[in-house]
Amino acid sequence: MIPILKKEINSFFSSLIGYMVIGVFLILMGLVLFVFPDTSLLSGGYATLDTLFGTAPMIFLFLIPAVTMRTLAEEQSSGTIELLVTRPISDWQIVVGKFLASFLLVVFALIPTFTYYLTVYFLGAPQGNLDSGGIIGSYIGLLFLAGAFVAIGIFASSLTNNQIVSFVLATFLCFFVYLAFDFLSSLPIFYGKTDDIIQSFGIEYHYSSISRGVLDSRDLIYFISVIILFLAATTLSLGRRKW
Amino acid sequence: MSVVVNGLVKIYGEQIAVNKVSFEAQKKEVLGFLGPNGAGKTTTMKIITGFIPPSEGEALVCGYNVSTQPMDARASIGYLPEHNPLYKEMYVREYLEFTAGVHKVSSPQKRVSDMIERTGLTSHRHKQIGQLSKGYRQRVGLAQAMLHNPDVLILDEPTSGLDPNQIIEIRQLIKDLGKEKTVILSTHILSEVEAVCDRAVIINKGVLVANASIEQLKDQFNGQSIVTAGFKSSINPQLLNTIPNVQQVKPLGDNRWQIIAAPDHDVRADVFQFAVHHQFVLLELHKEVQSVESVFQQLTRQNPVPAEK
Repeated sequence: MIPILKKEINSFFSSLIGYMVIGVFLILMGLVLFVFPDTSLLSGGYATLDTLFGTAPMIFLFLIPAVTMRTLAEEQSSGTIELLVTRPISDWQIVVGKFLASFLLVVFALIPTFTYYLTVYFLGAPQGNLDSGGIIGSYIGLLFLAGAFVAIGIFASSLTNNQIVSFVLATFLCFFVYLAFDFLSSLPIFYGKTDDIIQSFGIEYHYSSISRGVLDSRDLIYFISVIILFLAATTLSLGRRKW
Repeated sequence: MSVVVNGLVKIYGEQIAVNKVSFEAQKKEVLGFLGPNGAGKTTTMKIITGFIPPSEGEALVCGYNVSTQPMDARASIGYLPEHNPLYKEMYVREYLEFTAGVHKVSSPQKRVSDMIERTGLTSHRHKQIGQLSKGYRQRVGLAQAMLHNPDVLILDEPTSGLDPNQIIEIRQLIKDLGKEKTVILSTHILSEVEAVCDRAVIINKGVLVANASIEQLKDQFNGQSIVTAGFKSSINPQLLNTIPNVQQVKPLGDNRWQIIAAPDHDVRADVFQFAVHHQFVLLELHKEVQSVESVFQQLTRQNPVPAEK
Protein backbone atom coordinates (compact mmCIF):
# COMPACT_ATOMS: atom_id res chain seq x y z
CA MET A 1 0.00 0.00 0.00
CA ILE A 2 2.72 2.46 0.99
CA PRO A 3 4.79 1.94 -2.21
CA ILE A 4 1.66 2.55 -4.28
CA LEU A 5 0.82 5.67 -2.31
CA LYS A 6 4.38 6.91 -2.80
CA LYS A 7 4.39 6.14 -6.50
CA GLU A 8 1.10 7.93 -7.08
CA ILE A 9 2.15 11.02 -5.13
CA ASN A 10 5.41 11.06 -7.09
CA SER A 11 3.55 10.81 -10.34
CA PHE A 12 1.31 13.76 -9.37
CA PHE A 13 4.29 15.95 -8.70
CA SER A 14 6.59 14.72 -11.45
CA SER A 15 3.90 15.60 -13.97
CA LEU A 16 2.00 18.87 -13.93
CA ILE A 17 -1.14 17.37 -12.44
CA GLY A 18 -0.27 18.02 -8.80
CA TYR A 19 0.76 21.63 -9.31
CA MET A 20 -2.15 22.30 -11.65
CA VAL A 21 -4.71 21.03 -9.19
CA ILE A 22 -3.31 22.94 -6.24
CA GLY A 23 -2.73 26.07 -8.33
CA VAL A 24 -6.15 26.12 -9.97
CA PHE A 25 -7.88 25.46 -6.67
CA LEU A 26 -6.05 28.24 -4.85
CA ILE A 27 -6.45 30.76 -7.68
CA LEU A 28 -10.17 30.12 -7.87
CA MET A 29 -10.56 30.31 -4.09
CA GLY A 30 -8.52 33.52 -3.96
CA LEU A 31 -10.62 35.11 -6.68
CA VAL A 32 -13.88 34.15 -5.05
CA LEU A 33 -12.85 35.19 -1.54
CA PHE A 34 -10.97 38.38 -2.20
CA VAL A 35 -11.51 39.68 -5.74
CA PHE A 36 -14.98 38.99 -7.13
CA PRO A 37 -17.06 41.77 -5.53
CA ASP A 38 -20.25 39.69 -5.19
CA THR A 39 -18.59 37.10 -3.01
CA SER A 40 -15.60 38.96 -1.61
CA LEU A 41 -15.01 38.83 2.11
CA LEU A 42 -13.83 42.41 2.08
CA SER A 43 -17.06 43.82 0.68
CA GLY A 44 -19.25 41.33 2.53
CA GLY A 45 -18.41 42.81 5.86
CA TYR A 46 -18.80 39.58 7.86
CA ALA A 47 -15.90 37.68 9.41
CA THR A 48 -16.86 34.24 8.13
CA LEU A 49 -15.42 31.69 5.71
CA ASP A 50 -18.82 30.48 4.54
CA THR A 51 -18.01 31.46 0.98
CA LEU A 52 -14.99 29.16 1.02
CA PHE A 53 -16.96 26.19 2.29
CA GLY A 54 -19.76 26.89 -0.16
CA THR A 55 -17.49 27.24 -3.18
CA ALA A 56 -14.91 24.54 -2.50
CA PRO A 57 -17.31 21.60 -3.09
CA MET A 58 -18.25 23.09 -6.47
CA ILE A 59 -14.61 23.32 -7.48
CA PHE A 60 -13.95 19.80 -6.15
CA LEU A 61 -16.81 18.56 -8.29
CA PHE A 62 -14.61 19.11 -11.35
CA LEU A 63 -11.13 19.06 -9.91
CA ILE A 64 -11.28 15.74 -8.05
CA PRO A 65 -12.51 13.73 -11.06
CA ALA A 66 -9.61 15.30 -12.97
CA VAL A 67 -7.21 14.00 -10.33
CA THR A 68 -8.69 10.53 -10.11
CA MET A 69 -9.58 9.91 -13.75
CA ARG A 70 -6.26 8.35 -14.63
CA THR A 71 -5.61 6.37 -11.44
CA LEU A 72 -6.96 3.06 -12.71
CA ALA A 73 -8.11 3.89 -16.25
CA GLU A 74 -4.52 4.49 -17.36
CA GLU A 75 -3.27 1.30 -15.75
CA GLN A 76 -5.98 -0.60 -17.54
CA SER A 77 -5.36 0.93 -20.94
CA SER A 78 -1.57 0.53 -20.78
CA GLY A 79 -1.76 -2.99 -19.33
CA THR A 80 0.34 -2.16 -16.28
CA ILE A 81 -2.58 -3.29 -14.15
CA GLU A 82 -1.69 -6.87 -15.13
CA LEU A 83 1.71 -6.54 -13.50
CA LEU A 84 0.34 -4.69 -10.50
CA VAL A 85 -2.37 -7.21 -9.62
CA THR A 86 -0.04 -10.20 -10.08
CA ARG A 87 2.33 -8.84 -7.45
CA PRO A 88 1.91 -10.05 -3.89
CA ILE A 89 -0.51 -7.33 -2.83
CA SER A 90 -4.27 -7.49 -2.70
CA ASP A 91 -6.60 -5.52 -4.96
CA TRP A 92 -7.92 -3.76 -1.86
CA GLN A 93 -4.41 -2.50 -1.01
CA ILE A 94 -4.01 -1.16 -4.54
CA VAL A 95 -7.32 0.66 -4.34
CA VAL A 96 -6.67 2.10 -0.88
CA GLY A 97 -3.15 3.19 -1.91
CA LYS A 98 -4.55 5.05 -4.89
CA PHE A 99 -7.35 6.54 -2.80
CA LEU A 100 -4.98 7.86 -0.15
CA ALA A 101 -2.67 9.38 -2.76
CA SER A 102 -5.45 11.34 -4.48
CA PHE A 103 -6.91 12.31 -1.11
CA LEU A 104 -3.55 13.60 0.09
CA LEU A 105 -3.25 15.75 -3.01
CA VAL A 106 -6.58 17.38 -2.14
CA VAL A 107 -5.38 17.87 1.44
CA PHE A 108 -2.25 19.57 0.10
CA ALA A 109 -4.52 21.90 -1.88
CA LEU A 110 -6.55 22.71 1.24
CA ILE A 111 -3.63 23.42 3.60
CA PRO A 112 -2.77 26.85 2.13
CA THR A 113 -6.38 27.98 2.63
CA PHE A 114 -5.52 28.17 6.30
CA THR A 115 -4.02 31.57 5.48
CA TYR A 116 -7.56 32.72 4.61
CA TYR A 117 -8.58 31.77 8.13
CA LEU A 118 -5.73 33.87 9.51
CA THR A 119 -6.67 36.76 7.24
CA VAL A 120 -10.24 36.76 8.46
CA TYR A 121 -9.04 36.26 12.03
CA PHE A 122 -6.93 39.42 11.91
CA LEU A 123 -9.44 41.45 9.87
CA GLY A 124 -12.20 40.77 12.37
CA ALA A 125 -13.32 43.58 14.64
CA PRO A 126 -12.47 42.96 17.40
CA GLN A 127 -9.57 40.82 16.22
CA GLY A 128 -10.27 37.07 16.32
CA ASN A 129 -14.01 37.55 16.30
CA LEU A 130 -15.04 34.54 14.25
CA ASP A 131 -16.60 31.17 14.80
CA SER A 132 -13.48 29.02 15.00
CA GLY A 133 -15.44 25.93 16.04
CA GLY A 134 -17.66 26.22 12.99
CA ILE A 135 -14.63 26.63 10.75
CA ILE A 136 -12.90 23.56 12.16
CA GLY A 137 -16.13 21.63 11.67
CA SER A 138 -16.40 22.91 8.13
CA TYR A 139 -12.85 21.84 7.35
CA ILE A 140 -13.59 18.37 8.67
CA GLY A 141 -16.75 18.28 6.58
CA LEU A 142 -14.84 19.43 3.53
CA LEU A 143 -12.22 16.70 4.04
CA PHE A 144 -14.92 14.06 4.29
CA LEU A 145 -16.64 15.44 1.21
CA ALA A 146 -13.34 15.36 -0.67
CA GLY A 147 -12.77 11.78 0.51
CA ALA A 148 -16.18 10.74 -0.79
CA PHE A 149 -15.51 12.46 -4.14
CA VAL A 150 -12.10 10.78 -4.44
CA ALA A 151 -13.62 7.36 -3.70
CA ILE A 152 -16.32 7.97 -6.32
CA GLY A 153 -13.69 9.18 -8.81
CA ILE A 154 -11.53 6.11 -8.34
CA PHE A 155 -14.54 3.90 -8.74
CA ALA A 156 -15.41 5.62 -12.04
CA SER A 157 -11.78 5.21 -13.15
CA SER A 158 -11.89 1.48 -12.47
CA LEU A 159 -14.89 1.02 -14.76
CA THR A 160 -13.20 2.10 -17.96
CA ASN A 161 -9.83 2.35 -19.64
CA ASN A 162 -10.73 5.69 -21.17
CA GLN A 163 -9.81 8.68 -19.02
CA ILE A 164 -12.41 11.00 -20.51
CA VAL A 165 -15.21 8.53 -19.87
CA SER A 166 -13.82 8.20 -16.36
CA PHE A 167 -13.86 11.98 -15.82
CA VAL A 168 -17.39 12.52 -17.11
CA LEU A 169 -18.73 9.57 -15.16
CA ALA A 170 -17.01 10.70 -11.97
CA THR A 171 -18.30 14.25 -12.27
CA PHE A 172 -21.81 12.98 -12.85
CA LEU A 173 -21.68 10.55 -9.92
CA CYS A 174 -20.18 13.16 -7.59
CA PHE A 175 -22.86 15.65 -8.57
CA PHE A 176 -25.53 13.04 -8.10
CA VAL A 177 -24.41 11.94 -4.67
CA TYR A 178 -23.65 15.50 -3.58
CA LEU A 179 -26.72 17.43 -4.70
CA ALA A 180 -29.21 15.33 -6.61
CA PHE A 181 -30.84 13.78 -3.54
CA ASP A 182 -31.37 17.25 -2.16
CA PHE A 183 -33.12 18.36 -5.35
CA LEU A 184 -35.08 15.14 -5.72
CA SER A 185 -36.44 15.44 -2.21
CA SER A 186 -38.51 18.46 -3.25
CA LEU A 187 -40.42 16.41 -5.82
CA PRO A 188 -44.13 16.45 -4.92
CA ILE A 189 -44.21 12.71 -4.27
CA PHE A 190 -41.58 13.00 -1.54
CA TYR A 191 -42.27 16.46 -0.24
CA GLY A 192 -43.65 16.54 3.25
CA LYS A 193 -43.46 12.78 3.60
CA THR A 194 -40.10 11.14 3.01
CA ASP A 195 -38.15 14.18 1.84
CA ASP A 196 -35.94 14.14 4.90
CA ILE A 197 -34.92 10.52 4.30
CA ILE A 198 -34.23 11.20 0.61
CA GLN A 199 -32.15 14.22 1.56
CA SER A 200 -30.11 12.20 4.01
CA PHE A 201 -28.85 9.97 1.18
CA GLY A 202 -27.00 12.96 -0.25
CA ILE A 203 -23.69 14.44 0.80
CA GLU A 204 -25.07 17.99 1.02
CA TYR A 205 -27.33 17.09 3.95
CA HIS A 206 -24.44 15.75 6.02
CA TYR A 207 -21.92 18.31 4.82
CA SER A 208 -24.05 21.24 5.92
CA SER A 209 -24.74 19.47 9.19
CA ILE A 210 -21.02 19.10 9.98
CA SER A 211 -20.38 22.67 8.77
CA ARG A 212 -22.45 23.99 11.65
CA GLY A 213 -19.61 22.81 13.85
CA VAL A 214 -21.53 19.90 15.29
CA LEU A 215 -19.71 16.61 14.83
CA ASP A 216 -22.64 14.23 14.78
CA SER A 217 -21.64 10.57 14.65
CA ARG A 218 -24.40 9.92 12.10
CA ASP A 219 -22.71 12.27 9.64
CA LEU A 220 -19.30 10.71 10.22
CA ILE A 221 -20.72 7.23 9.75
CA TYR A 222 -22.43 8.41 6.57
CA PHE A 223 -19.20 9.73 5.03
CA ILE A 224 -17.10 6.75 6.08
CA SER A 225 -19.75 4.40 4.69
CA VAL A 226 -19.84 6.21 1.35
CA ILE A 227 -16.04 6.07 1.08
CA ILE A 228 -15.83 2.39 2.02
CA LEU A 229 -18.76 1.52 -0.23
CA PHE A 230 -17.14 3.06 -3.30
CA LEU A 231 -13.70 1.64 -2.50
CA ALA A 232 -15.23 -1.81 -2.09
CA ALA A 233 -17.07 -1.38 -5.39
CA THR A 234 -13.75 -0.39 -6.99
CA THR A 235 -12.08 -3.52 -5.64
CA LEU A 236 -14.94 -5.55 -7.02
CA SER A 237 -14.64 -3.84 -10.38
CA LEU A 238 -10.87 -4.49 -10.47
CA GLY A 239 -11.60 -8.15 -9.83
CA ARG A 240 -14.04 -8.42 -12.71
CA ARG A 241 -11.35 -10.08 -14.85
CA LYS A 242 -11.98 -13.07 -12.60
CA TRP A 243 -15.68 -13.37 -13.34
CA MET B 1 8.53 -29.42 -8.98
CA SER B 2 8.40 -25.67 -9.42
CA VAL B 3 5.42 -25.25 -11.68
CA VAL B 4 2.66 -27.79 -12.03
CA VAL B 5 -0.24 -27.18 -14.35
CA ASN B 6 -3.00 -29.69 -13.99
CA GLY B 7 -5.95 -30.06 -16.37
CA LEU B 8 -6.23 -26.36 -17.04
CA VAL B 9 -9.37 -25.24 -18.87
CA LYS B 10 -10.28 -21.67 -19.73
CA ILE B 11 -13.54 -20.87 -21.43
CA TYR B 12 -14.37 -17.39 -22.71
CA GLY B 13 -18.08 -17.42 -23.41
CA GLU B 14 -18.45 -20.05 -26.10
CA GLN B 15 -14.79 -20.26 -26.96
CA ILE B 16 -12.45 -22.72 -25.30
CA ALA B 17 -9.11 -20.94 -25.10
CA VAL B 18 -7.26 -23.60 -23.13
CA ASN B 19 -8.44 -27.17 -23.04
CA LYS B 20 -7.17 -29.59 -20.38
CA VAL B 21 -3.55 -28.56 -20.53
CA SER B 22 -1.23 -30.28 -18.06
CA PHE B 23 2.53 -29.95 -17.81
CA GLU B 24 5.27 -29.47 -15.29
CA ALA B 25 8.42 -27.44 -15.12
CA GLN B 26 11.32 -28.40 -12.92
CA LYS B 27 13.85 -26.28 -11.15
CA LYS B 28 16.88 -25.26 -13.23
CA GLU B 29 15.01 -25.71 -16.44
CA VAL B 30 14.04 -23.44 -19.28
CA LEU B 31 10.72 -24.59 -20.60
CA GLY B 32 9.73 -23.35 -24.04
CA PHE B 33 6.05 -22.76 -24.42
CA LEU B 34 5.30 -22.99 -28.09
CA GLY B 35 2.31 -22.58 -30.27
CA PRO B 36 0.95 -20.60 -33.16
CA ASN B 37 -0.62 -17.21 -32.46
CA GLY B 38 -3.89 -17.61 -30.62
CA ALA B 39 -3.06 -21.10 -29.39
CA GLY B 40 -3.64 -20.18 -25.76
CA LYS B 41 -0.07 -19.52 -24.65
CA THR B 42 -0.77 -16.13 -23.13
CA THR B 43 -3.99 -17.31 -21.50
CA THR B 44 -2.13 -20.19 -19.85
CA MET B 45 0.55 -17.82 -18.59
CA LYS B 46 -2.04 -15.39 -17.24
CA ILE B 47 -3.57 -18.26 -15.31
CA ILE B 48 -0.22 -19.36 -13.88
CA THR B 49 0.51 -15.81 -12.70
CA GLY B 50 -2.94 -15.57 -11.15
CA PHE B 51 -4.14 -12.70 -13.33
CA ILE B 52 -7.17 -14.68 -14.44
CA PRO B 53 -8.60 -17.77 -12.77
CA PRO B 54 -8.94 -21.05 -14.68
CA SER B 55 -12.42 -22.33 -15.49
CA GLU B 56 -11.25 -25.77 -14.41
CA GLY B 57 -8.05 -27.36 -13.21
CA GLU B 58 -5.31 -25.86 -11.09
CA ALA B 59 -1.88 -24.33 -11.32
CA LEU B 60 0.72 -24.75 -8.57
CA VAL B 61 3.78 -22.55 -8.29
CA CYS B 62 6.43 -23.75 -5.83
CA GLY B 63 3.72 -25.85 -4.24
CA TYR B 64 1.31 -22.95 -3.79
CA ASN B 65 -2.02 -23.08 -5.55
CA VAL B 66 -2.38 -19.80 -7.45
CA SER B 67 -6.12 -19.65 -6.75
CA THR B 68 -6.17 -20.49 -3.07
CA GLN B 69 -2.76 -19.22 -1.90
CA PRO B 70 -2.34 -16.31 -4.28
CA MET B 71 0.03 -14.19 -2.19
CA ASP B 72 2.62 -16.95 -1.68
CA ALA B 73 2.37 -18.01 -5.31
CA ARG B 74 2.70 -14.44 -6.59
CA ALA B 75 5.73 -13.80 -4.39
CA SER B 76 7.51 -16.71 -6.08
CA ILE B 77 6.80 -15.52 -9.62
CA GLY B 78 8.59 -12.98 -11.75
CA TYR B 79 6.38 -12.04 -14.65
CA LEU B 80 7.04 -10.32 -17.93
CA PRO B 81 3.65 -9.95 -19.61
CA GLU B 82 3.09 -9.83 -23.33
CA HIS B 83 3.83 -6.34 -24.74
CA ASN B 84 5.82 -5.53 -21.58
CA PRO B 85 3.60 -2.89 -19.94
CA LEU B 86 5.54 -0.19 -18.08
CA TYR B 87 4.85 3.21 -16.54
CA LYS B 88 6.28 5.42 -19.27
CA GLU B 89 6.50 8.55 -17.12
CA MET B 90 8.60 6.87 -14.42
CA TYR B 91 12.37 6.77 -14.34
CA VAL B 92 14.12 3.41 -14.65
CA ARG B 93 15.49 3.48 -11.13
CA GLU B 94 12.32 4.90 -9.66
CA TYR B 95 10.26 2.14 -11.26
CA LEU B 96 12.54 -0.63 -10.03
CA GLU B 97 12.54 0.85 -6.53
CA PHE B 98 8.75 0.95 -6.61
CA THR B 99 8.71 -2.72 -7.63
CA ALA B 100 11.16 -3.55 -4.86
CA GLY B 101 8.88 -1.76 -2.40
CA VAL B 102 5.80 -3.69 -3.48
CA HIS B 103 7.72 -6.96 -3.11
CA LYS B 104 9.21 -5.83 0.21
CA VAL B 105 12.72 -6.66 -1.01
CA SER B 106 15.34 -6.31 1.70
CA SER B 107 18.07 -3.71 1.00
CA PRO B 108 16.22 -2.50 -2.09
CA GLN B 109 18.83 0.07 -3.17
CA LYS B 110 21.52 -2.54 -3.59
CA ARG B 111 19.23 -5.04 -5.25
CA VAL B 112 18.03 -2.42 -7.75
CA SER B 113 21.62 -1.47 -8.57
CA ASP B 114 22.51 -5.13 -9.08
CA MET B 115 19.59 -5.65 -11.43
CA ILE B 116 20.40 -2.50 -13.41
CA GLU B 117 23.93 -3.76 -13.86
CA ARG B 118 22.91 -7.31 -14.70
CA THR B 119 20.44 -6.27 -17.38
CA GLY B 120 22.85 -3.75 -18.89
CA LEU B 121 20.80 -0.68 -18.02
CA THR B 122 23.59 1.21 -16.26
CA SER B 123 23.91 3.93 -18.89
CA HIS B 124 20.14 4.42 -19.02
CA ARG B 125 19.26 4.24 -15.35
CA HIS B 126 18.39 7.94 -15.04
CA LYS B 127 16.17 8.03 -18.10
CA GLN B 128 12.42 7.99 -18.25
CA ILE B 129 11.11 4.63 -19.38
CA GLY B 130 9.13 6.34 -22.15
CA GLN B 131 12.38 7.60 -23.69
CA LEU B 132 13.97 4.16 -23.91
CA SER B 133 14.13 2.10 -27.07
CA LYS B 134 12.21 -1.13 -27.22
CA GLY B 135 15.26 -3.24 -26.41
CA TYR B 136 15.99 -1.27 -23.26
CA ARG B 137 12.36 -1.34 -22.20
CA GLN B 138 12.51 -5.10 -22.52
CA ARG B 139 15.49 -5.07 -20.18
CA VAL B 140 13.52 -2.99 -17.69
CA GLY B 141 10.75 -5.56 -17.99
CA LEU B 142 13.20 -8.36 -17.28
CA ALA B 143 14.79 -6.44 -14.42
CA GLN B 144 11.43 -5.94 -12.69
CA ALA B 145 10.64 -9.64 -13.17
CA MET B 146 13.94 -10.73 -11.60
CA LEU B 147 14.08 -8.07 -8.92
CA HIS B 148 12.64 -9.99 -5.99
CA ASN B 149 14.71 -13.05 -6.88
CA PRO B 150 11.72 -15.28 -7.64
CA ASP B 151 12.08 -19.03 -8.12
CA VAL B 152 9.89 -19.02 -11.19
CA LEU B 153 10.08 -16.66 -14.14
CA ILE B 154 7.19 -16.44 -16.57
CA LEU B 155 8.25 -14.60 -19.70
CA ASP B 156 5.67 -14.00 -22.39
CA GLU B 157 7.47 -13.45 -25.69
CA PRO B 158 10.53 -11.80 -24.16
CA THR B 159 12.35 -11.25 -27.44
CA SER B 160 9.52 -9.97 -29.62
CA GLY B 161 10.41 -6.77 -31.44
CA LEU B 162 14.10 -6.79 -30.61
CA ASP B 163 16.94 -6.54 -33.08
CA PRO B 164 19.14 -9.62 -33.65
CA ASN B 165 21.91 -8.46 -31.31
CA GLN B 166 19.48 -7.71 -28.53
CA ILE B 167 17.82 -11.07 -29.06
CA ILE B 168 21.12 -12.84 -28.54
CA GLU B 169 21.84 -10.85 -25.37
CA ILE B 170 18.40 -11.48 -23.90
CA ARG B 171 18.63 -15.18 -24.76
CA GLN B 172 21.96 -15.41 -23.01
CA LEU B 173 20.43 -13.76 -19.97
CA ILE B 174 17.56 -16.24 -19.98
CA LYS B 175 19.95 -19.15 -20.35
CA ASP B 176 21.91 -17.92 -17.33
CA LEU B 177 18.69 -17.57 -15.37
CA GLY B 178 17.77 -21.14 -16.25
CA LYS B 179 20.85 -22.38 -14.42
CA GLU B 180 19.29 -21.56 -11.06
CA LYS B 181 15.60 -20.96 -11.64
CA THR B 182 12.59 -22.26 -13.43
CA VAL B 183 11.93 -20.27 -16.56
CA ILE B 184 8.81 -20.64 -18.66
CA LEU B 185 9.19 -18.79 -21.88
CA SER B 186 6.55 -18.44 -24.55
CA THR B 187 7.47 -17.79 -28.10
CA HIS B 188 6.58 -18.60 -31.63
CA ILE B 189 10.15 -18.26 -32.82
CA LEU B 190 11.34 -21.83 -33.13
CA SER B 191 15.04 -21.22 -33.35
CA GLU B 192 14.71 -19.54 -29.96
CA VAL B 193 13.44 -22.75 -28.43
CA GLU B 194 16.34 -24.69 -29.88
CA ALA B 195 18.74 -22.01 -28.66
CA VAL B 196 17.63 -21.58 -25.06
CA CYS B 197 15.15 -24.22 -23.95
CA ASP B 198 15.76 -27.60 -22.39
CA ARG B 199 12.26 -28.75 -22.95
CA ALA B 200 9.30 -27.67 -25.03
CA VAL B 201 5.58 -27.78 -24.52
CA ILE B 202 3.65 -27.25 -27.71
CA ILE B 203 0.01 -26.28 -27.68
CA ASN B 204 -2.31 -25.79 -30.59
CA LYS B 205 -5.84 -24.40 -30.38
CA GLY B 206 -5.74 -24.75 -26.62
CA VAL B 207 -4.74 -28.41 -26.65
CA LEU B 208 -1.38 -29.77 -25.59
CA VAL B 209 0.18 -31.59 -28.52
CA ALA B 210 3.72 -32.24 -27.31
CA ASN B 211 5.69 -32.14 -24.09
CA ALA B 212 9.24 -33.37 -24.45
CA SER B 213 12.87 -32.37 -24.42
CA ILE B 214 14.20 -30.79 -27.58
CA GLU B 215 16.19 -33.96 -28.40
CA GLN B 216 13.17 -36.16 -27.88
CA LEU B 217 11.10 -33.94 -30.09
CA LYS B 218 13.59 -34.27 -32.88
CA ASP B 219 13.99 -38.00 -32.33
CA GLN B 220 10.27 -38.55 -32.28
CA PHE B 221 10.14 -37.57 -35.89
CA ASN B 222 13.48 -39.05 -36.78
CA GLY B 223 11.79 -42.40 -36.21
CA GLN B 224 11.19 -42.34 -39.91
CA SER B 225 13.39 -41.32 -42.70
CA ILE B 226 11.60 -38.99 -45.03
CA VAL B 227 12.64 -38.31 -48.57
CA THR B 228 11.05 -35.87 -50.97
CA ALA B 229 11.19 -36.82 -54.62
CA GLY B 230 9.93 -34.89 -57.63
CA PHE B 231 9.34 -36.43 -61.03
CA LYS B 232 8.70 -34.86 -64.39
CA SER B 233 5.65 -36.96 -65.18
CA SER B 234 2.86 -38.41 -63.09
CA ILE B 235 3.48 -41.71 -61.37
CA ASN B 236 1.18 -44.35 -59.99
CA PRO B 237 1.69 -44.40 -56.23
CA GLN B 238 1.37 -48.17 -56.31
CA LEU B 239 4.58 -48.22 -58.26
CA LEU B 240 6.36 -46.07 -55.68
CA ASN B 241 5.35 -48.51 -52.98
CA THR B 242 7.38 -51.19 -54.70
CA ILE B 243 10.59 -49.40 -53.76
CA PRO B 244 12.33 -51.46 -51.06
CA ASN B 245 11.83 -50.34 -47.44
CA VAL B 246 9.18 -47.77 -48.33
CA GLN B 247 6.41 -47.65 -45.75
CA GLN B 248 4.22 -44.91 -47.05
CA VAL B 249 4.03 -42.41 -49.88
CA LYS B 250 2.23 -39.11 -49.70
CA PRO B 251 1.52 -36.90 -52.72
CA LEU B 252 2.71 -33.32 -52.34
CA GLY B 253 1.27 -32.20 -55.72
CA ASP B 254 3.10 -31.31 -58.93
CA ASN B 255 4.28 -34.91 -59.19
CA ARG B 256 6.23 -34.48 -55.98
CA TRP B 257 6.04 -37.22 -53.41
CA GLN B 258 6.97 -37.61 -49.81
CA ILE B 259 8.41 -41.08 -49.34
CA ILE B 260 8.51 -42.34 -45.80
CA ALA B 261 10.78 -45.27 -45.19
CA ALA B 262 11.79 -47.40 -42.25
CA PRO B 263 14.25 -45.74 -39.90
CA ASP B 264 17.94 -45.95 -40.71
CA HIS B 265 17.21 -46.51 -44.35
CA ASP B 266 18.24 -43.84 -46.72
CA VAL B 267 16.00 -44.65 -49.66
CA ARG B 268 17.47 -41.98 -51.90
CA ALA B 269 19.59 -44.52 -53.73
CA ASP B 270 16.60 -46.83 -54.14
CA VAL B 271 14.47 -44.01 -55.48
CA PHE B 272 17.17 -43.16 -57.97
CA GLN B 273 17.44 -46.77 -59.10
CA PHE B 274 13.66 -46.93 -59.33
CA ALA B 275 13.59 -43.88 -61.58
CA VAL B 276 16.30 -45.27 -63.80
CA HIS B 277 14.59 -48.64 -64.00
CA HIS B 278 11.22 -47.18 -64.96
CA GLN B 279 12.83 -44.43 -67.03
CA PHE B 280 11.24 -41.61 -65.06
CA VAL B 281 12.91 -38.25 -65.10
CA LEU B 282 13.87 -37.34 -61.55
CA LEU B 283 13.81 -33.58 -60.93
CA GLU B 284 14.31 -33.43 -57.20
CA LEU B 285 15.50 -35.76 -54.52
CA HIS B 286 16.42 -34.83 -50.99
CA LYS B 287 16.22 -36.06 -47.46
CA GLU B 288 14.13 -34.05 -45.02
CA VAL B 289 16.09 -32.55 -42.21
CA GLN B 290 14.15 -32.86 -39.00
CA SER B 291 14.22 -29.66 -37.04
CA VAL B 292 11.99 -28.38 -34.31
CA GLU B 293 10.50 -26.35 -37.09
CA SER B 294 9.12 -29.33 -38.96
CA VAL B 295 8.05 -31.01 -35.75
CA PHE B 296 6.16 -27.88 -34.86
CA GLN B 297 4.55 -27.74 -38.27
CA GLN B 298 3.47 -31.34 -38.17
CA LEU B 299 2.05 -31.01 -34.70
CA THR B 300 0.15 -27.82 -35.23
CA ARG B 301 -1.04 -28.17 -38.80
CA GLN B 302 -3.53 -30.91 -38.25
CA ASN B 303 -6.64 -29.93 -36.39
CA PRO B 304 -6.75 -31.53 -33.00
CA VAL B 305 -9.88 -33.38 -32.04
CA PRO B 306 -11.97 -31.03 -29.93
CA ALA B 307 -12.32 -32.50 -26.49
CA GLU B 308 -15.79 -33.25 -25.26
CA LYS B 309 -17.22 -30.39 -23.26
